[in-house]
Amino acid sequence: MASQSLTPPSSAAAQPDRVEQRKFLSAPGLTFLVIVTQVPFVLAIWFSFTNWNLLRPDSAGFIGFDRLFRNYGRILTNPDFLAVIINTVVLTVSVVVITFIGGLAFALLLNRPFPGRALARTLLISPFLMMPVAAAVLWKNIMLDPSFGLLSFYLRFLGIRNFYALESFPMASVIAIVSWQWIPFVMLILLAGLQSLPDSTVEAARIDGASGVDMFRHIIFPHLTRFVEIALLLETIFILSEFGIIFVTTSGGPGIQTTNLPYQIFLEAFSRQNVGRASAYGIFAVILANIVIVLFLRVLRRNADSGEVNL
Amino acid sequence: MKPGSSKFGGTLLSVFTLLLAFAMFFPILWMFLTSFKTEQQAIQFPPQLFFAPTLENWRVALFNSPFLEYLQNTVIITFFSILVALLLGVPTAYAMAFYQTKRTDSSLLWMMSTRMLPPAGVIVPLYIIFLNLNLLDTYLGLVILYAAMNFPLVVWMMRSFMLEVPYEVIEAARLDGANLRQEFMRVIMPLLIPGLAATSLLAMIFTWNEFFLAVNLTSRDASPLSVYVSTFKAAQGDLFIAKMSAAATAAVIPVLIAGWVAQRQLVTGLTMGAIK
Repeated sequence: MASQSLTPPSSAAAQPDRVEQRKFLSAPGLTFLVIVTQVPFVLAIWFSFTNWNLLRPDSAGFIGFDRLFRNYGRILTNPDFLAVIINTVVLTVSVVVITFIGGLAFALLLNRPFPGRALARTLLISPFLMMPVAAAVLWKNIMLDPSFGLLSFYLRFLGIRNFYALESFPMASVIAIVSWQWIPFVMLILLAGLQSLPDSTVEAARIDGASGVDMFRHIIFPHLTRFVEIALLLETIFILSEFGIIFVTTSGGPGIQTTNLPYQIFLEAFSRQNVGRASAYGIFAVILANIVIVLFLRVLRRNADSGEVNL
Repeated sequence: MKPGSSKFGGTLLSVFTLLLAFAMFFPILWMFLTSFKTEQQAIQFPPQLFFAPTLENWRVALFNSPFLEYLQNTVIITFFSILVALLLGVPTAYAMAFYQTKRTDSSLLWMMSTRMLPPAGVIVPLYIIFLNLNLLDTYLGLVILYAAMNFPLVVWMMRSFMLEVPYEVIEAARLDGANLRQEFMRVIMPLLIPGLAATSLLAMIFTWNEFFLAVNLTSRDASPLSVYVSTFKAAQGDLFIAKMSAAATAAVIPVLIAGWVAQRQLVTGLTMGAIK
């Protein structure tokens, strides 16, 4: 799809009154978005420099310049912090790798006409549409439950009894459930990528005698790169914020084995009521997300410059 | 990789694909089937694929539980947040599609970045703000946040639909002396109804499924379905596996349908219009 980013032929400059009016069209929405998204963020930065604890109402004070980074210092020197960051990264990277492989496989399988393709596609996107907490309830109670779950029934054939994946392999189980939900996401975007490959290119390569492997390496994959980038970066951004599935299946445990950054913030804020430290954790989450967001926006801009994305 | 090179191979591959797709869908189907079993059948070994279905769980899960109250909350919050996002977002999209300035691209990218910020990063200040403005556990509070969450989606998607309106149509309207309001309401909007529907369906999916903000900023009165479903992490009184399945199935069906209907626009929506 060619980019139409250029100003339409009869440019706005030719319509000065309309340019004036345009401000009234976008101002309310943009103002609303700035207030709702930026005010809390500025407050988060402020709170992160206070020692406010809701359990101690008198504590809501600025830390003081001498101990300005106390919350950050406390977090960074806490051994749990490293564990939480590692959990967050392990969860995110594992899911991204698994869903990339699974999503690519499904996209390739679906990228050929056959009877039942629409049905296969419809079935496949369903896990992604499901409310994450409902997916978590489904896996925790109906599939994985050690006594009543469907999996435990099949494990009995193998002589394994009372196996509870969420307890024995908590992180692997969470990764599996999140991946099950996100494979369709990667599949959808890569399938869109495959289908935007002009038939003539594929045909020309085939006439030139390209084998299936050659075709994949030299034609399909290069074309797919930007779709892969967009899919995986976008996915990373959302998996970094994964919360519902952990909340329902493991509550971050056992211990802190499945506590990721959002879950840690939730505990810090709503169990320990520590406003200052939870805010400082929040700033880390924002920084982490922003690293990926910047990469993502760069990819979008680059693709927009080459006219491949509608910016 | 060579379609048509072997008819048998092709059929085999199709069957294989369908089987895999079915395997991915199977847990959802299993939940659906379980919802029609008696509690005895639901935990019976071996699990039964064929059984005499009962609607008893559905009756209990929907009518002998607070399910409908939560459903009502979800519907109200989803509806109004999308309405606000459309009212604010469609004019913004219009300005950004047809009256671009130097800053338009940056604004669009900034809007997208707000959609991606981790909600966990601002949950504490949001809670404090809500506490002070008496917005905790209210419809209004979640409607404001979800409208802000849906706003960038609306702008990006509606703008990409607007860019597809042939410029001649707008040009002609302007030559006929249409003012901005007429141009917008009479010329552009009628062409955008399908896009508007697709955008709303996508916004509905995200809003319906949202959990993090809902669980932290509501306690009971305004809690949506996602909060209710999350309480099934442990067995709830007489809501055991079969009834839990019924309630969870009921909670996800509207979104599954919305997603199946909006399949074509799903990719555009998921990438905020970056991929068509």
